[in-house]
Amino acid sequence: MITVSELEVVFGQGTPLEKRALNGVDLKVKDGEFVSIIGSNGAGKSTLLNAIAGDFPPSRGTIEIGGRDVSGWSTARRAAWVSRVFQDPLAGSCADLTIEENLALAAARGTRRGLKRALTPRRRSTFIQRVAELGLGLESRLKDRMALLSGGQRQATALLMATLSPSQALLLDEHTAALDPGMAEFVIELTRRIVADEGHTALMVTHSMSQALSVGTRTIMLHEGKIMLDVSGEERDSLTVEDLVAKFRQMRGQSLDDDKLLTS
Amino acid sequence: MRNPTTAIWSAVAVLAAGGLSWLLLDWLGAFAFWNAIEIGLVYGFVGLGVFLSFRVLNFPDLTVDGSFPLGAMVVAALLIGGDPFWGNPWIATLVAFVAGCLAGLVTAALNVVFKILHLLASILTMYALYSINLRVGDGRPNLSVRNLDSVVDVMDGVGLPSNYVEPTLLLVLLVIAIGLLTWFLTTDFGLGMRATGINPKMARAQGIPTGRNIYAGMALSNGLVAVGGGLFAQTAGFADATSGTGTIVFGLAAVIIGETLLPFRGIWILLAGCVFGSVIYRLARQSALEWDGICVGNSCFEVLASDLNIITAAIVVLALVLPQLRSWSRSR
Repeated sequence: MITVSELEVVFGQGTPLEKRALNGVDLKVKDGEFVSIIGSNGAGKSTLLNAIAGDFPPSRGTIEIGGRDVSGWSTARRAAWVSRVFQDPLAGSCADLTIEENLALAAARGTRRGLKRALTPRRRSTFIQRVAELGLGLESRLKDRMALLSGGQRQATALLMATLSPSQALLLDEHTAALDPGMAEFVIELTRRIVADEGHTALMVTHSMSQALSVGTRTIMLHEGKIMLDVSGEERDSLTVEDLVAKFRQMRGQSLDDDKLLTS
Repeated sequence: MRNPTTAIWSAVAVLAAGGLSWLLLDWLGAFAFWNAIEIGLVYGFVGLGVFLSFRVLNFPDLTVDGSFPLGAMVVAALLIGGDPFWGNPWIATLVAFVAGCLAGLVTAALNVVFKILHLLASILTMYALYSINLRVGDGRPNLSVRNLDSVVDVMDGVGLPSNYVEPTLLLVLLVIAIGLLTWFLTTDFGLGMRATGINPKMARAQGIPTGRNIYAGMALSNGLVAVGGGLFAQTAGFADATSGTGTIVFGLAAVIIGETLLPFRGIWILLAGCVFGSVIYRLARQSALEWDGICVGNSCFEVLASDLNIITAAIVVLALVLPQLRSWSRSR
């Protein structure tokens, strides 16, 4: 359960460059819900995810995860319940560590990192099994450095890392945007499968309207730091990409000149 | 040694090092040779410390220029003090370690809490340590500990020829240090520290408190360097508060020469490479001094002791630039 109440995030407060990135966001995400988030550039999609992850404290409002108010917590402390996959495939893992060392880092998320061996036989066998499930043939390359993997392989591994330990909020920030179309499709399918199989509570930012409707159980649309649309269930099932674009136009009362971007 | 190339390369490296050492021993003479080995091993601790800050944490740390003489002065002052407990050479060396840890913590705090640029934070601590080091020496910049108890006494009963005594002890202590560091860096905690240096954003997202790891790593790094200083005092017979200049360069040279000669990723090989690099550096330095120079016509050139700084700097620059040159030439 993720509860965001009256969340405001202002960057550079009191300076000429002041930017109100989130302007009163209220959002309740139930356990097991998979929310896709759309909106134009600068709408506050990434800011919302980063605020939930704890990269900056809210200027106003609160963030609760699993009933605990985590508003003042650091990113590292929240990571016990929050896991993330970034847009940049290089950002989610350590290039100079091996695949299994990266997985060991992820396996220890949410635990006290003590002076026990990171790579135990038990962890290794779990890793082999989980990596084999990706179907990328990486299970025989666990001792390879992460830097040797392609962007798509790294992103698939990052997704595995984010779901290796239990979490109450899986945050996916345009995690397929930097991949080639084939690999992006693969990672999206993987996301769909993992989230459904393991019942994660997930928030996924995307630029693609069709992806926003076809993946997940609920869709919200942000504009200028506010939630302008929130659909789920039958209402969402009957929605087409064209409807979504039309709804966006109607709500904003203005024409969109970036239709191409939205319908891609 | 799973990989056959690794095994072959290691064998070649060991044989080459052995052959070269034999030639050098003959050329430099036993005293100068073993003296270079001994200083190389002492600075092996500096190499391990600099590896932790520079390579593991990605934190260029000049504090070591202050924590090396700090360790030397602390040990010398305690040995001269002659207290039955604190004057014990092993206890004194341990106190040097703790003092070095504290110096590292100061630099870490300046960086983590007050957001001072890492390089500047370490320069400030290093600068301040000069005053501390003179206080430790009760105002005297130079303390002699010749003929006092030292950790080397533990070798008395072993009956080794005098040239080998100190290098052997240092080697044993280094093997213990490398063993402990290898174990530490492969634990959950140590792996988190490595992630902190490689990708802090990812580390925080995985729940690793990066600030706390910088404290721990900087403390450990400067503690090791101070132990190096303490062992320097006990093997060389004196401590000098002004002897720290260039410690960071010796440490960097050790790390970089080690990486270049043993280009493998295994943690213990990287750590052993720092010690190996330090010894190679000292042998090269001694050889440069021993060299008679060359004459072209009437003008002769001979390496002076004061020329070693520019030569060392050039070696470090070359080793830092070489990987870039390689990729640059490949991209053409």
